[in-house]
Amino acid sequence: MSNPLRIFVPVKRVVDYAVKVRVNPAKTDVDRNVKHSMNPFDEIAVEEAVRIKEKAPKTEIVAISCGTTKAQETLRTALAMGADRAVHVEVKDDSTLQPLAVAKLLKAYADKEANKPDLFILGKQAIDDDANQTGQMLAGLLNWPQTTFASKVEINGQDLKVVREIDGGLETVQTKLPAIVTTDLRLNEPRYASLPNIMKAKKKPLVKLTPEDLGIDISPRIETLKVEEPPKRVGGRKVESVDELVDKLRNEAKVL
Amino acid sequence: MLASTTSRIALQARATLAQRFYATGAGANTLLYVEHKDGAIGGATLNALTAANKLGGSVTALVAGDAPESVAKEVGKLTGVSKVLFAKDAAYANALPENVAPLLAAAQSQFGFTHLFAGHTAIGKNIFPRAAALMDVAAVSDIVDIVGEDTFVRPIYAGNAIATVKSNDKIKVVTVRGTAFEAAAASGDAASEEAAPSADKPALTQWISEEIQKSDRPDLGTAKRVISGGRGMKNGENFSLLYDLADKIGAAVGASRAAVDAGFVDNSLQVGQTGKIVAPELYVAVGISGAIQHLAGMKDSKTIVAINKDADAPIFQVADYGLVEDLFKAVPELTEKISK
Repeated sequence: MSNPLRIFVPVKRVVDYAVKVRVNPAKTDVDRNVKHSMNPFDEIAVEEAVRIKEKAPKTEIVAISCGTTKAQETLRTALAMGADRAVHVEVKDDSTLQPLAVAKLLKAYADKEANKPDLFILGKQAIDDDANQTGQMLAGLLNWPQTTFASKVEINGQDLKVVREIDGGLETVQTKLPAIVTTDLRLNEPRYASLPNIMKAKKKPLVKLTPEDLGIDISPRIETLKVEEPPKRVGGRKVESVDELVDKLRNEAKVL
Repeated sequence: MLASTTSRIALQARATLAQRFYATGAGANTLLYVEHKDGAIGGATLNALTAANKLGGSVTALVAGDAPESVAKEVGKLTGVSKVLFAKDAAYANALPENVAPLLAAAQSQFGFTHLFAGHTAIGKNIFPRAAALMDVAAVSDIVDIVGEDTFVRPIYAGNAIATVKSNDKIKVVTVRGTAFEAAAASGDAASEEAAPSADKPALTQWISEEIQKSDRPDLGTAKRVISGGRGMKNGENFSLLYDLADKIGAAVGASRAAVDAGFVDNSLQVGQTGKIVAPELYVAVGISGAIQHLAGMKDSKTIVAINKDADAPIFQVADYGLVEDLFKAVPELTEKISK
């Protein structure tokens, strides 16, 4: 690679995937007073960037997170995994921060940097809002190619080849950098940050910005009117034998 | 002079009428993006059409591709489709979002669509947010119900909470969960066809190839019955037990992420938050513990059966009928007894 690559990796702090979320009593949101972690798809994005850097050591990885002060914990995790520096776009209340606003913040930051990114690697979706939009929106705003739901990424000079997970199988597309990649679960298995790397990450640079610094209006376009528990299933009935199961399916549930 | 004044008044009157029409809320003017492959309407397009019809107002279908002729004819016959926009160009083959998103934006700008609808499929998810960004509006993903023209219901947190959201943008860009709406049927009357506006085709990506899993069984996303296997299947060969049962009752075969990650089956069979969302009449979970992420993909099934030797597996809490038994004994017995 002639020029060193610069990879931007947006990461989001979300309710940990193993937490069983509960709707708050006011029915406006879920209870957020629970364990948070880096969005699992974003861990895969960081891992992929680090693997690219391991092959091309001059690569620079910039982790970016938009959110409250606590987003810095997530950025430190990305730094401990191998990102070189971090950018925190601080907002007071990240529960109203929506994909279009995040895509605009990311574009504004990319435009502001003297050295432009060659590649954005994002998770395909955040496991809290399940929107699956930010990478595609960013690609649209930048007018860059997008290779979403990636299960394999190959970079060769300025050429990018991506195997994508589609309904029914896989698809291979090819494009040129600069480009957007969004990660699917099978792209890689993220590493754990070692204790020495966690210590080192504390000394890596972290720049703080606000949406105002970037000149972006982040007011939500979508209003959440209410949040409810999903209808409860009345499961839990056991049958004793295959015969009883077949009988119930035929005569009670009538699905056979 | 007099004639021109009269026509100006007539124009003004028409503009006022149009405005009033919109303000009364009956003026949804929806663009439906039609997904298609090998000459057949695909994905959740038929379900998205039913959702679009719930808005009232008119629905225009957009069919783009290198050879969209036969699909456009078929789409024109569907219930509620009043017009078909037709974009024939090699650049629209394989639904490349860099080319299709500007086409959607150009169509919106020419015809003033208030809503854009598509299925929440790999293709819909890929194209719609990009199109929304080009129009500077938010996108609403994976809706399961429609409350009003601007108000939609969608699951969040892997289906563990249900949000009712209101879009304050003038254009609503929406993807629809296929299993939440019936498929629209043909009504017989053919809608008029019209060429779609021309748009930028930046050709930023090049499609190389695809590997589609071939199967004679029904499509997992729309099958009435689904049999899924998990880690408890132990290996890929054992899935033949599920295939035998599936073939007997005309079911599709699915899998948990554990089964996919272990390499038992292809990842296109994965049911869950990150795979397919299914809501069949009968879902049989075999050797699946029932993690939150798996339940997200199947808990709206009408009847759920769990077969697992671990009586404490969380899948039993959602199963209508649970059988605590070794699957290697229970599944062959079930296959045999069902055929009787």
